[in-house]
Amino acid sequence: MENSGVSISINDFVHNLEKPSKKWYLGVGVLTVIALFGMYALLRQFMEGQIITGMRDNVVWGIYTANFVFFMGLSYAGALISSISQLLRIKWTKPIVRIAELLTVSTLIVGAPFILFCLGRLDRIHYLLLYGRIQSPITWDVIAISTDLVFCIAFLYFTHIRDFAKLRDYPGLNVSNWRKKMYRYLALGYKGTKEQKKYLHQAHDIMAAIIIPTAIIAYSLLSLLFSMSLRPGWHSTIFSPYFVVTAGYSGVALLIVIMWIYRKNRKLETYITNLHFKYMSFALIMLTLIYGYFTFSEYLTDWYNQTETYHQLLHKLYDMNQFGWLSLFHFVFAFVVPIIVIGFPWFRSINMVTIVSLLIVIALWVKRYLIVVPTLETPYIPIQDIRPEYVHYSISWVEWALSISGIAVIVLIFTIASKWAPIIPVSEVADAHNLEKPKLLFKVRNDSTIKSQEDVVV
Amino acid sequence: MKKKGNANRRKFLKNTIAFGAAALTAGSASTLAHKTEAGSKGTTKKVKVLTTEGKVIEVEKTVSDCKIDPCTPPLGREARQGIPGRSFVMVVDLARCKNARKCIEGCQRGHNLAPDQEWLKVYLMRDHPEGEPYWFPRQCFHCDDPPCVKVCPVGATFKRQDNIVLVDDNRCIGCKFCIVACPYSVRIFNWKKPPESKVPIEEYSPEVSQPAQIGTVSKCDFCPDRSRVGKLPYCVSSCPMGALFFGDKNEDAVSNGTETIRFSELIKERVGYRYREELGTEPNVYYLPPVERMFDYKRGLESLPEEKQKVYDDIIYNRNSKKNL
Repeated sequence: MENSGVSISINDFVHNLEKPSKKWYLGVGVLTVIALFGMYALLRQFMEGQIITGMRDNVVWGIYTANFVFFMGLSYAGALISSISQLLRIKWTKPIVRIAELLTVSTLIVGAPFILFCLGRLDRIHYLLLYGRIQSPITWDVIAISTDLVFCIAFLYFTHIRDFAKLRDYPGLNVSNWRKKMYRYLALGYKGTKEQKKYLHQAHDIMAAIIIPTAIIAYSLLSLLFSMSLRPGWHSTIFSPYFVVTAGYSGVALLIVIMWIYRKNRKLETYITNLHFKYMSFALIMLTLIYGYFTFSEYLTDWYNQTETYHQLLHKLYDMNQFGWLSLFHFVFAFVVPIIVIGFPWFRSINMVTIVSLLIVIALWVKRYLIVVPTLETPYIPIQDIRPEYVHYSISWVEWALSISGIAVIVLIFTIASKWAPIIPVSEVADAHNLEKPKLLFKVRNDSTIKSQEDVVV
Repeated sequence: MKKKGNANRRKFLKNTIAFGAAALTAGSASTLAHKTEAGSKGTTKKVKVLTTEGKVIEVEKTVSDCKIDPCTPPLGREARQGIPGRSFVMVVDLARCKNARKCIEGCQRGHNLAPDQEWLKVYLMRDHPEGEPYWFPRQCFHCDDPPCVKVCPVGATFKRQDNIVLVDDNRCIGCKFCIVACPYSVRIFNWKKPPESKVPIEEYSPEVSQPAQIGTVSKCDFCPDRSRVGKLPYCVSSCPMGALFFGDKNEDAVSNGTETIRFSELIKERVGYRYREELGTEPNVYYLPPVERMFDYKRGLESLPEEKQKVYDDIIYNRNSKKNL
């Protein structure tokens, strides 16, 4: 390891946590204003009805649903990376796991409400619990996402406990008294005794082991919102794994972007090193290929033997007057450009990888839009309507406002959370060099009588 | 409610005693038990009756419209049960439809819909490039395996034993999943505040679908409230061509208001089919193929305003030809 854990100390991070600068306050102020504007848009929608959105009787789900799928997908990669590195005791990921976990929680908090913005009757939201029917994919989502959210917040908190204890014990920490109090409270009396260490470690392991299947299930169920409907482009058996892969792909790409921002802003080159970008871009290119494979499989079967409605859908996707440009954008930036830039050594630099990652994130949002909208514009009985807004969906200011305020809230959560605790998990990185071996989940009995080789496998 | 019921009963009993045997046909004992407003719904007319002495006298008779008991739409949980023993179906004779759009207007008037809200749509269809276009009225198919009911997260839409699929607007949360799930684009959403109800409605029943509420889903309800008082659905009774037939599969009879035909024979003779059988939704609306048509489809097109005609451009010329799309 280039950054052996020994050199890291909370001292290097405390100055970032103390007295925020004016610039920080300005940033938080601007983000809050954007978020509040989104709330204003939501209030208008609530008062006036969804007539002020771009949604109409054919396209009844617009970018709210696309955003929902997109943000939930971003959350997925973070959960997976931090859980797997916890369980398998991977050392190099330690400095970036907190970013990954924050990404998970913030996108979950922002993503989940987007499906609620689709509701025509927000005042009846409690009916989901009062009259919930287990046959409905929406009920599956409600259960899965709320479970996922609780687990991910718990995991994020567990990984913070030791750092909170460190901050509590830091002499002369220049922060307000209520924050000191909060640190003391949140550290749960952690003193670093052998027993406490053991239990906390076990808690991490258990949470990590639970989060992996929970996240996979949550995201698979998300895809069922679409694939359970009798619609061309949706009614597909590979939708669940396709969604999971797309989610991981977008999440890893955004993680690279956030790593780059923190490294630049907080001067963290010693912790977030070239090595991280190297490994993460390797993960990214692998995901590009898997994603490309799924996309290819999906469209090939639709295209090769096309029924009438599938044909209409594919035609819409290729037609330059309809969704052609968006499809091209998605194809180029989610597939072609990553392969050229990351797959070949000529352009592969940290900045280039980051730019490509950002483009991938945008392209995958476009992909979600291309999943939701064109299919809804292609019902079995062709639309015969005189009203143009009923034939083609267009995004209204309300929907833009809410989407942008969603991004603002994610940035806001990052800004505030990284003021509260070091963005690099200090205690975990410090411990990285003396990590235990991963625990074997089960043992395999040796059938032969020779016993000497038993434990070498690890 | 109870007071009113008692008053009706008293009035009813008075009538029964006063007009003896003639009045017996007016209502059954079960009407009494259900405390319905049979009396108020009935009209009186003079009928001639033969007395025991052999004299012909003229008496007043209360004729009730009530055909199904109870004849007021039930509320709450009862509305989810449906009318026992009934199996409502509709038959659409495509050979008779000329896109007069009277069914749409009748439906909109009856259900107090906004002018741009259509529960019933008339599509122009063309099955293949060589095929002749034909008009295709499409109401809710009230499927036996309805995809919309499956996906509802709160049970706001439900299937009843009389075949009807209804929406309870008091329950609907407006997630629109049912609109997405319906392969026939039947359901519509109240994007803005719906028009005020013209008729005062005491208590909301899913059978009446009124008053509509903002942010909820609505759709064709097969007018069970009209069936209760022996009337055909608005669309059926307002079709000038008699293209729509409504009836009961158990009784094996469907009617368009002027003719009443055996359902099974009609389907057998005219080779009735159901739209997109392959989707497995088991619709309860049957179509009779548009053969030996009364009118050219163009007549339905020409009667429309010019801007509206444009909507059908693609369909007439190249909907199914892959090259021209």
